[in-house]
Amino acid sequence: MTPELHKKPRLAAGCRLNEQNQQRVLLMPERALRLNGPSLAIVERCDGTHTVQQIVSDLQRLYSKAEPQKVETDILGYLALLHDERALDFE
Amino acid sequence: MSAGTPTPLALVAELTHRCPLHCVYCSNPLEMARRDGELSTETWKRVFREAAAMGVLQADLTGGEPLARTDLTEIIRGARVAGLYASLITSGMPLDEHRLEEIVGAGLDHLQLSFQGTHEDSSIEFGGARPGTYEQKLRVARWVKKHRIGFTLNFVIHRKNLDQLEAMIALTEEIGPGRVEFAHVQYYGWAFSNRDRLLPSRAQLDRSLEILKRAQGRLQGQIRVEYVVPDYYAKYPKPCMGGWGRKVILVTPNGDALPCHAARVIPGLSFENVQNHPLREIWEESEAFRKYRGDDWMIEPCKSCDRRAIDFGGCRCQAHLLAGRAEVADPVCSLSPERPVVDSILAAINDPGAAASDSQVLQGRPEWVYRPNPS
Repeated sequence: MTPELHKKPRLAAGCRLNEQNQQRVLLMPERALRLNGPSLAIVERCDGTHTVQQIVSDLQRLYSKAEPQKVETDILGYLALLHDERALDFE
Repeated sequence: MSAGTPTPLALVAELTHRCPLHCVYCSNPLEMARRDGELSTETWKRVFREAAAMGVLQADLTGGEPLARTDLTEIIRGARVAGLYASLITSGMPLDEHRLEEIVGAGLDHLQLSFQGTHEDSSIEFGGARPGTYEQKLRVARWVKKHRIGFTLNFVIHRKNLDQLEAMIALTEEIGPGRVEFAHVQYYGWAFSNRDRLLPSRAQLDRSLEILKRAQGRLQGQIRVEYVVPDYYAKYPKPCMGGWGRKVILVTPNGDALPCHAARVIPGLSFENVQNHPLREIWEESEAFRKYRGDDWMIEPCKSCDRRAIDFGGCRCQAHLLAGRAEVADPVCSLSPERPVVDSILAAINDPGAAASDSQVLQGRPEWVYRPNPS
């Protein structure tokens, strides 16, 4: 699936961001994902208030040296992956 | 962690061995812990704090039936306060709506509900359950769906209920959890005693994998479908527990710390208790955790095998159960000199006459070996 830009991604039931020993971790049923840099910046914004478009714009500003189109493609791919892993709902 | 010792990711907390069910494939040991030896609430809270300090992320609260402990709410709160992700693995039997609200309020992150099949008869035959069990599980599923917590359905599948697989998938879709596990029985504990009745035929297994792969594709993005295959049919062994003393630490109801559910079957291993030693010390220093950690203990064909960092030689308990020696390659491995043991078990199961003798067994011999309740 490709996330629609006006939708608001939110961590799915049973998934939450945690911090332990200065490492941010996305905790999920039976799994955990260590997050750094852009992946953390994306997941932090998956709180049901930011639209996909806002996340893309924020990240394009944060990573202004990167090609904006590439940033968007990468974010959409990452959100789709998290959705397929059942870590994300789009509201 | 001291150099070279891996960081455990999950603490499996066996809170009790008491259980309202008597499943014929229960992974609890044949010698179960008694109620009067169970750890106190305060000790579990300390174990959670020690686990979190070591880098453990998740607490899997299991049993027996964890709800048999009246202090479960406090235990869940203790896991969350320590900073752990709290999962409850339950039959759903001793649960009502009020108690569910209470444990969710205490911070439960995820609930895994077990099913023996898609009708009452399966709960009774495979779970030794009393009538009404299946209905209760359906009620629990409806209650859980009212809360925003992680929800997994778990179906243990085997020779005698694989014909229900499509109905299990349909039930899963009806309930709509985030995740479902179809776990082919693994042959330890009570399942080892009932193995010849539980082990599926090759044809059954192949068909089940086709159905599961289709469901996985169709439900992608809605329900995460995971499955475990019976390793007797595998070419290579499973990386049991992600490697001995590498990712998981299990604490039994009376506080013994084990590398896995079944480790007690291995003769000569002794286990330290969390009441006498800090968890970190047990993980790093104890003989039981060091014995098969890494690859120094390996003999051929594991010692020089390219796969030794992938599957860690498979399962030590299975090596002991099938070959009588815990340090040999897991006999399910096609490279193991002991593989003929597994092949002969499979040959008997897949013999065209096996179906007939199966029904003779059902008529002529005492039936399942049910897991009893500890005193």
